[in-house]
Amino acid sequence: MPDLSANLAGIKSPNPFWLASAPPANSGYQVMKAFDQGWGGAVWKTLGVPVVNVSSRYGGVHYRDSRLIGFNNIELITDRPLKDNLREIEEVKKHFPDHAVIASLMVETKEQWIQIVKDVQNAGSDGIELNFGCPHGMCERGMGSAVGQEPTVLKTIVGWVMEAATIPVIVKLSPNISHIEEPAMAAQEGGGNAVSLINTIQSIVGVDLDSLAPYPIVDGRGTNGGYCGPAVKPIALNMVKNLGLLKGFNLPISGIGGIENWRDAVEHILLGATNVQVCTAVMHYGFGIIREMLPGLESYMTEKGFNTIDEMVGKALPNVGTWETLNLKYDVKAKINEEKCIGCQICYTACEDGAHQAIGLPENGDNRVPYIIEDNCVGCNLCSLVCPVEDCITMERKDDGSETVTWEERTANNDIPTTFNDERAGGIHHWVPEPAAALKK
Amino acid sequence: MAEYKQPTSKQEFEENFSQIKPLMNKTEAYYESSRCLFCYDAPCIKACPTGIDIPLFIRQINSDSSIGAAKTIYDSNWFGNACGKVCPTEVLCEGACVYNHQNVKPIDIGRLQNYATNQAIEQNKKLFEVGESNGKKVAIIGAGPAGISCACELRTMGFEVDIFEAKDHPSGLTVYGVAPYKITNEDALAEMKYLQEQLGFNIKYNNPVNADDIKKLEQNYDAIFVGIGLGSTSVLGIGGEDLEGCTGAVEFIEELRMKHQDVKVGNKVIVLGGGNTAMDAASESCRLGSEDVILAYRRSKEEMGAYDFEYDLAKSVGTKGLFNVSPVEIVGNGKVSGVKFIRTQTNNGKLEEIAGSEFVEDCDMVIKSTGQSKQKDFLSNINGLEMDEKGRIKVNEENYQTTNPKYFAGGDAVNGGAEVVNGAYEGKVAAFGIQIYTSKN
Repeated sequence: MPDLSANLAGIKSPNPFWLASAPPANSGYQVMKAFDQGWGGAVWKTLGVPVVNVSSRYGGVHYRDSRLIGFNNIELITDRPLKDNLREIEEVKKHFPDHAVIASLMVETKEQWIQIVKDVQNAGSDGIELNFGCPHGMCERGMGSAVGQEPTVLKTIVGWVMEAATIPVIVKLSPNISHIEEPAMAAQEGGGNAVSLINTIQSIVGVDLDSLAPYPIVDGRGTNGGYCGPAVKPIALNMVKNLGLLKGFNLPISGIGGIENWRDAVEHILLGATNVQVCTAVMHYGFGIIREMLPGLESYMTEKGFNTIDEMVGKALPNVGTWETLNLKYDVKAKINEEKCIGCQICYTACEDGAHQAIGLPENGDNRVPYIIEDNCVGCNLCSLVCPVEDCITMERKDDGSETVTWEERTANNDIPTTFNDERAGGIHHWVPEPAAALKK
Repeated sequence: MAEYKQPTSKQEFEENFSQIKPLMNKTEAYYESSRCLFCYDAPCIKACPTGIDIPLFIRQINSDSSIGAAKTIYDSNWFGNACGKVCPTEVLCEGACVYNHQNVKPIDIGRLQNYATNQAIEQNKKLFEVGESNGKKVAIIGAGPAGISCACELRTMGFEVDIFEAKDHPSGLTVYGVAPYKITNEDALAEMKYLQEQLGFNIKYNNPVNADDIKKLEQNYDAIFVGIGLGSTSVLGIGGEDLEGCTGAVEFIEELRMKHQDVKVGNKVIVLGGGNTAMDAASESCRLGSEDVILAYRRSKEEMGAYDFEYDLAKSVGTKGLFNVSPVEIVGNGKVSGVKFIRTQTNNGKLEEIAGSEFVEDCDMVIKSTGQSKQKDFLSNINGLEMDEKGRIKVNEENYQTTNPKYFAGGDAVNGGAEVVNGAYEGKVAAFGIQIYTSKN
């Protein structure tokens, strides 16, 4: 049986699933309930000088019949007094000594940082997370993402914290920045022990077409919030990957962003995360989702022969590179399984209007199964992505795998298009219909 | 005990005859519309006799523009709401849905259609304008689906339209002949009111056109549309048809639609016939509290004209099938006491009676659902109007013009008895024929 326990920079937890610093970790009651149901750790809702919140705090993005594929919030850090939170942290640790309780912190001055670090250590926290990511409300006051976006300021504050810290310190990064590598390196240089990412993405989730105000609406007005949920996973995975591949960056990563089942967690881990944090999925479905995550992770590890979480960390990274390193000789073409095809012809329109006019329709009106025009097919995958039938359109490899040429190599060999009408253009012999042919359809 | 108790109040009637396609709520419509694949060259459109752009209206529902969806529906079919309920969608649009090929439940197109059109009707949204007057007048005989559709279309073109209707209400079989669990009187009439208020055609109720009126109509109108449907239930030509307790299905259903729970059925009902109307009559008898309902058909179950789902529906409320029996005589002394049948078999495709196999099945009510007569007597008064060997009015299918060029026709009188949607289509096409015809005269 694989060992699910995780160790992030010395913070140990029975499994890699933590509650992220957010409303589900607002109180000892919630954290105890989560631990009781199987969660391995919790990053407490950010502590600091308590705030005053608005009502109407969350906005959602629904796609067709799926609710909350994206979620944003304009809630701030904790609005509860520090002493209450500290007392509850202490109580949780008494009940769950082996679970990880991490105090998320956000304050302004050096004195405040040092004081609060000491306070949460005294309460028995296993680690500290520095909230340098919150992109709304706090950043306007020079905190949250305002710090995450200024690597030098970030480094300075990490330095202050490290003066007082006796437990591991995680620096939580904001994705609202062009190069995530810069604040990550600053966290390392400042002496931090780990990073966590991503925090929420600055967002407006929608506009009410009647009142003309953005969601969530507070008395007829709104503001940008922080975006999270399943929709942000691809952005999170990319940033985790960037740090996983970053030369000279050695801090362990706590992966956050769009995780709601064991598969999402494994993806984060394969790209370099040592553990993962979850918020939106818990806000949507409750703590009980852990009952799917734990056995799912365990059976995946068993099936793939991983004994520990650490064995999986970063295992996909060797297969990730820059575009220049991809094999230009790799050649796939779409293939339609006529038995499985249900005749919706969505692939036809998608390819015809959105890609390369490489799908044809049978002349006989009764037969609705489209066919691939192989000469036109560039192997873009679009048809296989829009097809509603599992494994009906597959991408079949056409090259024999013996040749590999990358853009990097072609550049080195002076074999890349360099002028506007260069004969070496990739699409130079690719058939496209005459413009006027569009009007005959 | 039968499954249904005899209804004695409006409420009990509504329970026994609850709508088999109830109105969707917004959430259900949103979820269901989310499933539509938006097929290219969609099979559902081709399967609809009126060619409604179904994927478009479903997409409009999904973007919460139900009124736009209703406009899309009414653009093709003036009986948009009624057809959503009474169409045999299982063998039309929904039967053509590509999901069927994937063993996935097809989109609930009929109910989505109701959802959209119901909102337009309830909000009394004006979707159509009366055309600028062209000074021409058209008389329409019969306010059924064909006549009303023809009238609506003609009004958008600027014709003045007078409809002559023999009965009290518009919409023909929709209110008089369809089973009450498919559409309520209120819903059928609400759509008619909605259309009439927008388009302003005149309907003269209780105004049957007789032979003497024909001359006047020809003098006063530029064209005449005949949408008179079919006549009463045909006479079988066996003994006992005039006994008390023996009725025709069309007459029975009409009485049911008008009098609801005040209609009484026998304790044991025998329905003669194997068509969809027979299924309705059997189903209705069960729902009116009859203890035994027997559907007697002279051929085998497989040879019944009714759709499978209609037979299943009748069976589901308690109807029992009796096949390969041909009625010889309806027996009784003043009142029906049974039906004398003779057993039949099919030999080389020919139905033959089995000598000596007569038997009497007791009952106290007989509903004959063995076809309706044609209105040949009336039609023979129109000069030059030809009928085919089955008594159907001959038309040119391009424009539904009859052999007397001033007369156009559609609906059951032309097609011999089909669905509401067929009548709606034919009436609409005839309007275009009338437009061309009158512009030349």
